Amino acid sequence: MVMEIVCPAGTPAALRAAVRAGAHTVYCGFNDETNARNFPGLNFDRSEMREGVDFAHAHGARVLVAINTFPRAGDQSIWHRAIDDAKLSGADAVILADAGLLDYAARTHPGLRLHLSVQAAAANADIINFYAGTFGVKRVVLPRVLSVPEIAAINAETDVETEVFVFGGLCVMAEGRCSLSSYATGLSPNMNGVCSPASHVKYHDNNGELDAKLGGFTIHRAAKDEPAPYPTLCKGCFSAGGQTGHLFEDPVSLNAEQLIPQLQKAGVRALKIEGRQRSKSYVAQVVRNFRAAVDALEAGRPLPEGMLARLSEGQAMTTGAYKKTWR
Amino acid sequence: MELTVGPNQFFWSAETWSAFYEGLADAPVDRVVLGELVCSKRLPFYQDRIPEALTALAKAGKEAVLTSLALVTLKRERKLTAELAEIGVTVEINDMTALAHLPKGVGFHVGPLVNVYNEGTLAWLASLGARRICLPPELPLASVESLARAGTGLGVAIEVWGHGRMPLAISGRCYHARLHKRTKDNCQFACEEDPDGLEVRTLEGRPFMAMNGVQTLSDSYACADYQVEALAAAGVSALRLSPQSHGFARLYQLYRERLDGTLPAGAIADEVRRTSPETRLSDGFLVGPSGVSWSAVPALP
Repeated sequence: MVMEIVCPAGTPAALRAAVRAGAHTVYCGFNDETNARNFPGLNFDRSEMREGVDFAHAHGARVLVAINTFPRAGDQSIWHRAIDDAKLSGADAVILADAGLLDYAARTHPGLRLHLSVQAAAANADIINFYAGTFGVKRVVLPRVLSVPEIAAINAETDVETEVFVFGGLCVMAEGRCSLSSYATGLSPNMNGVCSPASHVKYHDNNGELDAKLGGFTIHRAAKDEPAPYPTLCKGCFSAGGQTGHLFEDPVSLNAEQLIPQLQKAGVRALKIEGRQRSKSYVAQVVRNFRAAVDALEAGRPLPEGMLARLSEGQAMTTGAYKKTWR
Repeated sequence: MELTVGPNQFFWSAETWSAFYEGLADAPVDRVVLGELVCSKRLPFYQDRIPEALTALAKAGKEAVLTSLALVTLKRERKLTAELAEIGVTVEINDMTALAHLPKGVGFHVGPLVNVYNEGTLAWLASLGARRICLPPELPLASVESLARAGTGLGVAIEVWGHGRMPLAISGRCYHARLHKRTKDNCQFACEEDPDGLEVRTLEGRPFMAMNGVQTLSDSYACADYQVEALAAAGVSALRLSPQSHGFARLYQLYRERLDGTLPAGAIADEVRRTSPETRLSDGFLVGPSGVSWSAVPALP
């Protein structure tokens, strides 16, 4: 079976572009705090979601709705309504992280297909099978802490489909278990659907060097002619033990395109691309490349090489935890 | 309100570990959670001392509880997690994986590294047997109030992070090893040099975080001193004190007196700053604009 390409769509236009470019599946969210890319101007209102699902289905593609933040105590109904509306829109599955939401979805909409979000950080077969047995979860998006052999071992012990990230932004910490952002800014992925939010970023000219601050903390400094990367906390520059540098992770993004054959051998069902905040032309190009890669693999042809180099210009690439030495 | 001593987050020598738990036998605390939370590679150094510590604490009238690991990936970590349920001591789950191994109908506790953000998750955990939940440090007072109310109705005691460096993230990567140009699998236990974590500063030299192997902590020590009355009014049943290498015996005395009403708001913070001026305090997750901030005023006047 050809591996499934799961693509991000932050807007209805990006959804259509991804589907036209050959995405098997598109994932998106409602325009509120129920999804982990809660950025201004992004995401779908209720009617856009219905139209998006109709468009995708008419072209033979599927739509997954990410409702993957953790509901705020006292306000759970906002998240429950998102699940109800995803079901009404005809979406093929919802992607959930919170156990209470999984419980709600399983009880209220027994026919609704459930995917376990990467934000649940289910990192072994025991917990994956537990989620399947308890809530009927059909697919898990694996956290980015596992090597390829570890993914293969998980697949050997579960019938739950696995989906892994292959391209785009890279969390260094176990997903859904990080509050660095709210420690510095008050806003977090789990509670607000944002990490290192732009509203708390300031650039400051420091005698010819450009300081990047997040929540008032200087975590990057660039010389005049150097590019200044966005100050994401875990990829910031810090000092400890007499060293100064990117102590947690370099400002890299994930590119596992060359590992696709190994991931397939490891039993991975679907390949996920990060980037609901990206433009529709970016999404279309990444989708075309990955679709070409899985089609080549299926046909027994070699993978096109370096196909995405241009998209990541100026940004270093990593295969992350898929190689054990990353740890 | 009760006092719970949370699991030690750091890598201490076996002798230091034993001395710490021996000292807790006479401490005015109600509950002690012990065992390895952060890194399974540390456990063999003191694992054989755990049964003795459990027995001594139980004899001293404390509720002794065993923690699960915070991130379970490897085969031996899954085995360790499965074995926890067989020891016959209450388990505090700090990774959902432990749920897969607990026998049905056996009560358990939930630690701060399990994402309990709302009433739905609380009720679901209660239906599986959760009797006590220490909430994630990230939660604001309004959430604590809602969850304590829900917990009361379901017979689940709610606990809040009271004092100590806060766990902010857990990773597959070991940052101590990375700092020493090693990988996690060949870390040579670089974290043992830092009994309270290694200070991480920003580029302007401000202390910001603390590195602890695969874990990242806050630089600041959470301190619920000013918020004791607000937490009591919310129905919180216990404060959690997180082990630190220095001054812990004085700290639990201070908190006991504060909870008993013999110390006023601010007394703990004042003493911490007097005796340890380099210690930065925070209560921003509960009552401030961000986790790092410090109110120095009670939310409940």
